[in-house]
Amino acid sequence: MIEHHRILDIICHLTLIGFVVICLLPVWVALVGSTHDLSSILAAPMPMLPGSFAIENYTRALNEGPQTASADLRAWRLLLNSALMATIICVGKITLSLFAAFAIVFFRFPFRKTAFWLIFLTLMLPVEIRIIPTYEVVANLNLVGTYTGLTLPLMASATAVFLFRQFFMTIPANLIDAARMDGASPMAFFFWILLPLSRTNIAALAIIMFLFGWNQYLWPLLVADDLDTIVLSLKRMMDVGDAEADWPVIMATSILSLLPPVLILIFLQRWFVRGLIDIDK
Amino acid sequence: MPRVYFSGKALALALLAPMLAIIAIFFLVPSAQGLWYSVSRSVDVFTGRKIFVGLENFSILLTDPLYHQAIITTVIFSSLVVFFSVSLGLILAAMANRVLWRARKIYQSLLMWPYVVAPAVAATLWLLMFNPLVGYFAFVLKQAGIDWNYHVYGGQAMTLVVAAATWRQISYNFLFFLAALQAVPPSLIEAAALDGAGPVRRLSSIVLPLIAPTTFFLVVVNLVYAFFDTFALIDTMTSGGPYQATTTLVYKVYSDGFVGLNYGSSAAQSIILMVIVGILTVVQFRYIGKRVHYG
Repeated sequence: MIEHHRILDIICHLTLIGFVVICLLPVWVALVGSTHDLSSILAAPMPMLPGSFAIENYTRALNEGPQTASADLRAWRLLLNSALMATIICVGKITLSLFAAFAIVFFRFPFRKTAFWLIFLTLMLPVEIRIIPTYEVVANLNLVGTYTGLTLPLMASATAVFLFRQFFMTIPANLIDAARMDGASPMAFFFWILLPLSRTNIAALAIIMFLFGWNQYLWPLLVADDLDTIVLSLKRMMDVGDAEADWPVIMATSILSLLPPVLILIFLQRWFVRGLIDIDK
Repeated sequence: MPRVYFSGKALALALLAPMLAIIAIFFLVPSAQGLWYSVSRSVDVFTGRKIFVGLENFSILLTDPLYHQAIITTVIFSSLVVFFSVSLGLILAAMANRVLWRARKIYQSLLMWPYVVAPAVAATLWLLMFNPLVGYFAFVLKQAGIDWNYHVYGGQAMTLVVAAATWRQISYNFLFFLAALQAVPPSLIEAAALDGAGPVRRLSSIVLPLIAPTTFFLVVVNLVYAFFDTFALIDTMTSGGPYQATTTLVYKVYSDGFVGLNYGSSAAQSIILMVIVGILTVVQFRYIGKRVHYG
């Protein structure tokens, strides 16, 4: 049996606790800052314990945005935009990937291999490296500042197609035979047999894709226009300069921006871990 | 793999059509366009007419000291982020693997959440701690006699960007290392313990070689992360400054293209990056091909 060193165990626990603290520290600082008014934040050093301005700061962040910003940076609007964008991307990616994987696995047709490789190619071309021409395409289609322009180019997903393809290939042939014997059309098979079987995979992937959408930065930075997302807004709030910035509102907004992903993780942790490990298999 | 198929070519193509249309319009057309930009130069700002200049953009780029600086910055930044996030992830996972099941689950929950925080938000949180005007830790550093101002000192800006990027990524590596460590057969560890190998020896001689595939996989994934996903982080924290100290290759594609409006150079930089991603993806895919059996 393996020996147990007490000292080693203690060192392990202390290190792990130390890192738990490091993980929480940045959020603690922002959380505390969001409960103080500007003058106590500016008084060096900033307090490390909560103050009494929480309600005022969060109401102000949600309904008014920072005082010094020129654009409309009210957090409720930003949150709504982020949620809409993330949901559209997530639903679009999963629907399109399900269809594509269904076609690739259950049908024989010319250019099947070509289609598969075309999808694979999207893995190699992250938006960061073809940014200008992609922007031009979207601008030529008059899609700048629209949800279509914001979400459509992000909907192609090699990862999701691969994942569903892999799962579909494990579906026993008898099932398809039986469905055909019963006279089910391909689409009936898809909706009544395949989708229910893929429920868990879809759920796990949906969480990852929603977070992917929520965390988008570069693409919205270029095409969002008035559709600012909350992730994008923080920089704009700080860009007015350290002395001008409305720090209590910035701190409150940063907490609001990480709340949805963290809540998803807390309540759906099992699915999240599963999705993450599925994707990288 | 099912040996039975549905018939109906038209239906199959209709199912694939939306995905392929998006790929064609937003991936293939822009990529071809980018390829053309990289070998052309704009001769008329009003009409945007371009002429073919061969590899001129590339040769200008490769002799440009600012591009060399961006390469060096990227190498330093990526190696620091990959080194710290992979090694800390491994150390924490090895430690969490020693403690009891219940405690391990708690540590896992408490350590994995930074990964879901958006890079731009992670950047903001770290700025709020280290901002020279309001940051608590900036104050502590100043008290310690350090002239702390990342708006001015490139080294400090780099340190901060690396710290925030690592903070977010340790969680991910921790999660994968922990899963890999749990898959190591306990009998091997026990046999080594019986032969008198201590915890450190067991880790270095048995566990590390066994989880080498995971380590390799994580190094590639983290490299891709440090290259591309940190754009938001750098833009929010430093905008590539001060004096380009945190301008990585990806950041330069953006700043030369959108801020500097030098399409030719930006496109040429994209091509170079594309080659790098291509190599990384092939490496990763070859490795995945070994681990997952496609029927």
